[in-house]
Amino acid sequence: MSIADALAEAGAKAAGKRPYFLDHEVEAVLAITMAAVQELAVARQRIDTLERLLEGKGVLSRSEIETFTPDPSVAIERALSTQEYIARVLRIVQQRNEANLTSGDIASEAVGSELGARS
Amino acid sequence: MTRSNVPPAQPYDGPPDYRVVGRHAVFPQTNHDEIERINFLAQMNRHLSARVVPGVKAAYDNKVAPGFAKAQGRPIADRHEARRALLEDDSFCLWSALRRMTMEQRQQAGRWTTIRQREALAETAAQLTDGDERLKLDPGVAVPRYVSAVDHHCMPGSYYTEAFPGDVANGANYDHGNFVTTAGLLGKYADGGGHAVVKWVKRNYPDFAPTSILEIGGTVGHSSLPIAQAYPNAHMTIVDLGAPVLRYGLARAKSLGVDNVSFVQASGEDLAIFPDASFDWIQTTMFLHELSSTALDNILRESRRLLKPGGIVLHVEQPQYTPEMPLFEQAMRDWDAFYNNEPFWSRMHELDLDAHMVAAGFEREKLIHGGVTAVVDKDLFPDAADDETEDYGRKAAWHVIGATV
Repeated sequence: MSIADALAEAGAKAAGKRPYFLDHEVEAVLAITMAAVQELAVARQRIDTLERLLEGKGVLSRSEIETFTPDPSVAIERALSTQEYIARVLRIVQQRNEANLTSGDIASEAVGSELGARS
Repeated sequence: MTRSNVPPAQPYDGPPDYRVVGRHAVFPQTNHDEIERINFLAQMNRHLSARVVPGVKAAYDNKVAPGFAKAQGRPIADRHEARRALLEDDSFCLWSALRRMTMEQRQQAGRWTTIRQREALAETAAQLTDGDERLKLDPGVAVPRYVSAVDHHCMPGSYYTEAFPGDVANGANYDHGNFVTTAGLLGKYADGGGHAVVKWVKRNYPDFAPTSILEIGGTVGHSSLPIAQAYPNAHMTIVDLGAPVLRYGLARAKSLGVDNVSFVQASGEDLAIFPDASFDWIQTTMFLHELSSTALDNILRESRRLLKPGGIVLHVEQPQYTPEMPLFEQAMRDWDAFYNNEPFWSRMHELDLDAHMVAAGFEREKLIHGGVTAVVDKDLFPDAADDETEDYGRKAAWHVIGATV
């Protein structure tokens, strides 16, 4: 039960009304961002730990990582992976821009009223 | 992350890796990522105080204060006006939002670590404390409004809430996360305050040989144990309202080999369980700001009643606001009162504590004033006395007010 308890309770609100310093939505997004920043720091340290352990065991030398040169096909694979990643993260920008190109975009709510009406 | 093509031995100024903290039997187990979360959060606090606060001060000096003076035709008059003016400034608000988030993230990180293993922690604590008369719990002790209204320093459930009988998780969360708030300045066992007090007393009262010592509001005993260790012929009693911190505290002390201590559940306002003149030394450490006006006076009176002739009372606190303290510093020090759930902080730090001590029965000519900074293992931890950054209200540099009787 401990993990379930931790999932439910670790992020509990402290008693007392929370102050907001920025626009509420901006502050909410910043809070989510800072939590993600924290987890990225943790992941980077974990990679560093892995590299050092592997180096210690003679599996690799970290200088090999710094001087790693992918062969051309691998380089393309990696570049595509980065492109895919950016596209995923910036989905909202893509969708806004597509909306800019669309005229007569109609909301589902409006279509619902239209479809539900008796002719 | 150090890259292999970066020369070693870079100059470094900041918190140590969390893995140097001291561990004991009830210290929560921390896996790799939990440790790195704490490292990140300590570095965040360091970054905010060292690299962001100077920009907030520049905004105050160059924009906020001149803007107020221009608009009002007079300068900012007090810290409350300064804070309200700062709330209109983008830099202050962004720093504030980040500082608040870092505190919330610290609590979430610590709670994750402790709640996931709270049954095991409780079992270890029970093995160390069951049947030990040095743990005296009294479920009849009421939690006063000044503790229950808001959770101090955004710590959900405060010092006193338990999920089940025997729970110590809130003690473990408080203990193992102290490192984050002070960015490592409290030292290996978060006990730099206690060591500082010992050093100060040994220097100023070299012949003082107490046999009975009381710490009021001592939580897990992190500041008390250095005192108990420095005076092995004394018995030290730590009182607190919270059962989880007291259970954890005795288990922690015993596993660290400190046996001349008792942990007693009681309110500092009513220590009738102890007769008059019971103690040679009464101590509080970063405690007075978590009270109320009424409770403060009650506790000062109880400390006067409980001191033996020749005894000493010492309170360690962040500095009081004085007319000499710049208004920007006062407003920044007030931040925790308004935005980190320390509701009595602001009022407490403007009180004439000397007058309150005298009203509680102490003689004005026997009052004590001093200053201390955390004493830590300087090979591993940053030293507050050498640290030039200012993390208003959080820095491990304190004032001492007290009295002899």
